[in-house]
Amino acid sequence: MNKLFRSLLNPEHGAPAEPPKVSRRGFLIGAAAGGFTMAFFRPGLSFAQPEDAVENQTFEPTIWYHIHPDGRIVVNIAEAEMGQHVGTALARIVADELEADWSMVELHHVDSDPKWGLMVTGGSWSVWQNFDPLSRAGAAGRMALIEEGAKLMGVKASQCRARNSQVTAGNRSISYAEIVQRGKLSRTFTEEQLKEMPIKPPSERRLIGKETQALDIPAKTTGASQYGLDASVENMVYARPLIPPTRLGSSINRIDDSEAKTVDGYLKTIKLDDPSGTVPGWAVVVATSFHAANKAAQKVKVDWNPGKTANVSERDVLDHGRELIESSDKGALVVNDDGVDDAFSSADTTLEHDYITHSVLHFQLEPVNALAFEKDGQWEVHTGNQWQSLILPVLSTALDVPEKNIVMRTYMLGGGFGRRLNGDYAVPAALAAKALGRPVKLVFTREDDCRFDSIRSPAYQRVRMAFDAEGNPTGMEHHATAGWPTQVMVPSFMPEASNGVKFDPFAIQGAAHWYSVGAHRLRAISNDLANETFRPGWLRSVGSGWVNWALESFMDEAAHKVGKDPIEFRLALLKAEGKNAGSAPNSVGGASRQANVLRRVRELSNWQQSLPADTALGVATSYGQERNMPTWTACVAQVHVSRETGKVTLQKLTIVTDAGTIVHPDGARAQVEGAALWGASMALHEGTMLENGQVKDRNLNGYTPMRMRDVPAMEIEFVDSTETSVGLGEPATTVVGPAIGNAIFAAVGIRMRDIPIRSEEVLKALKA
Amino acid sequence: MSTTFTLNGQPVTLEVADDTPLLWSLRDDANLTGTKFGCGIGMCGACTVLINGRATRSCITPTKQVDGTAVTTIEGLDPEGEHPLQQAWVKTQTPQCGYCQSGQIMQAAAMLKDFPDPTDEQINQVMSGNLCRCMAYVRIREAIKLAAADMRGAGQGNEPNDGTDTTEGAAS
Repeated sequence: MNKLFRSLLNPEHGAPAEPPKVSRRGFLIGAAAGGFTMAFFRPGLSFAQPEDAVENQTFEPTIWYHIHPDGRIVVNIAEAEMGQHVGTALARIVADELEADWSMVELHHVDSDPKWGLMVTGGSWSVWQNFDPLSRAGAAGRMALIEEGAKLMGVKASQCRARNSQVTAGNRSISYAEIVQRGKLSRTFTEEQLKEMPIKPPSERRLIGKETQALDIPAKTTGASQYGLDASVENMVYARPLIPPTRLGSSINRIDDSEAKTVDGYLKTIKLDDPSGTVPGWAVVVATSFHAANKAAQKVKVDWNPGKTANVSERDVLDHGRELIESSDKGALVVNDDGVDDAFSSADTTLEHDYITHSVLHFQLEPVNALAFEKDGQWEVHTGNQWQSLILPVLSTALDVPEKNIVMRTYMLGGGFGRRLNGDYAVPAALAAKALGRPVKLVFTREDDCRFDSIRSPAYQRVRMAFDAEGNPTGMEHHATAGWPTQVMVPSFMPEASNGVKFDPFAIQGAAHWYSVGAHRLRAISNDLANETFRPGWLRSVGSGWVNWALESFMDEAAHKVGKDPIEFRLALLKAEGKNAGSAPNSVGGASRQANVLRRVRELSNWQQSLPADTALGVATSYGQERNMPTWTACVAQVHVSRETGKVTLQKLTIVTDAGTIVHPDGARAQVEGAALWGASMALHEGTMLENGQVKDRNLNGYTPMRMRDVPAMEIEFVDSTETSVGLGEPATTVVGPAIGNAIFAAVGIRMRDIPIRSEEVLKALKA
Repeated sequence: MSTTFTLNGQPVTLEVADDTPLLWSLRDDANLTGTKFGCGIGMCGACTVLINGRATRSCITPTKQVDGTAVTTIEGLDPEGEHPLQQAWVKTQTPQCGYCQSGQIMQAAAMLKDFPDPTDEQINQVMSGNLCRCMAYVRIREAIKLAAADMRGAGQGNEPNDGTDTTEGAAS
């Protein structure tokens, strides 16, 4: 799986031509206690008796579903549910091919287990990755049910068809439930048979692309949905962490808990000894209630010896980034076409600008938390998490127990947005439970959560373009530097760039654009000061969330420089030639599909309309995260700028998305709505600063995400398509910031190159 | 150390420190985990409950303060979980991660008593105290309007179980 993961990560090199297939697995159907199990099995296994394999669980299935005798179909979901209704989308894919009665479909969110393979939910990959395997799993089940149903009815399978959990031949029919009750379903399909599986043409789809209600929603309106914070176990105690002054390198000299002892329910303060190095210099305060732990924590005095980043500021990190960019020998040349230097030396004119994005907090509404305990040699960690496969080995080191003795129980996530890809918060809970010999539920206060956040790193970028005498681009350079999450957390996943330097694809994705601009150079540089000061995080839209601020602001500046309309300028460069022509199955049409969404957003937003004074439209576009999984996105923002206060009011967003086949249309729309407002919130309302080695804003009294009153009008459209289904959780986030910046320029003629855009900075620029 | 009040229509006595925020008493002592912890300073609204019918941030309300009152949580808004607001929330497919939605719904329930037919401006004013980090705001607004129309149509029968039928102080 790591190979698959690496190739997915890489925007330029070794990218797979196709999404993951089931080609190296067979499929098995067999009776199990109370129904039939449908499972993939690993290569090299063969089964004379599928039902024995199912019974004994010897088949190590990686994806499966189960049909109960009452006809209920339970689909196992290994992806984290964090608001994207992922289970609904994935189950719709299975159920469509299975010809299942949707009202009989249920979801089961599974706990961690090696049999599920890599457990990670992020990067907008879930539907794209699973579409083909789940389709084949559903089709295999349909074929087996038809064959068995035919046998039971005494007809030929060729006379039968399946629909709505029934197998029908002429005027006779038998339900799936009855087949399960009476039949002897027992089959294996080889990998070749799976490959040949008759997958329905798009015109025959009955669930994919049709409206439905998400299965996770009702429980989220009654308080019944269980999040990590709701986990409990007998005999558990509560804890709150004491977080050191620096993320790394702090150590505790002395703990004085004498005052805490006055708090009723206070038990003790534990200095954590962490062999995994995840939480150096930490202690946790333990009590019989969270209130007591919280109160006691405020009374415990810790004398820390801080790490070396105790005085680092936002400015320091950004200045260091600029210095790195100015050292031409630093970084990874992710794209490095021949002739870039020639293009600049022979250019008629050039353009160069620098762009900054400031620190951003995840601020997922459920502060991180975890319940950990050991029972009969088996460790259990109860917490909402997006990447179990990443934190399990760390927990194994921290606890000094084999990974197989640790299971992560699955919960709903009170927001993911990338924060819960990094499961570091589970480590102090596990360490405290081990030290205490008792279940510990560690709850971070909001302030703790912010201080311990894997923030989106401050980033410094420089973009340059060379033009010929007619104003056509002949070369382009983009240099981007920030803290690199993948380098800090999974360095083995970093691919190698053309100059042999390994790089974090998550810190550059979105910049390997589809514009034909002549020779292109894209350089990604790790900001080592950032990496030492905090643990950089993957945050909604990862690299493209901030590289597109520079790229699309710059494209606007370039258009204005050569006196062209910003949309016309871009369209002229989206030629779909050479490396931008696209390829099957993921990027069919290439840049022409980006041009299409751009033309459509121009029409939908009434781009040429005349607007009141200081009000204007701005455009931005993106391919999303990955060249091998492009989600073509275009956005027009309408803003008004107050010349008196500098306040920018976002009045409207128009967004057109081509994400190929849309599995769950309303869910897709909800993702775009949320992603777009995230983009707006980061551009106008959020952003913090590093101060003395930590984030300055730690709660809503300083950190101010968008509220109801700030929401603009939104017009959202999807391109009707049957192309490969790609990701939707993030792309809309990436276009909104630059569209706003470009609209501000169009409205009042000032160019904002830092995000967030603050009123005082706008006012300063207006007066300059 | 002992606080007695009506919780979702039932009398309860909780033995917790007087200064324990109501939020944690509800979650950890009354085992009603539908009310959520978000910020701890009353600014996100995830912990919103009704106290004598008024929307209140339970994370900054000492438990002792609800002595003798009627408290309604998301679990008690409707016995079947089918309050018009809950139905509207499902119909509009409002929740994403869902973590803030108990608080949003309780806040909206209180608002609809004051403004049975709320304008956008009224919704902005009241609901801007509730953060939705997934930014499902468009649908929250739509759901409120849908539920309001439903409740106006249905008359008194669908009034939330917010304890207002018991007079203040007499609830226990």
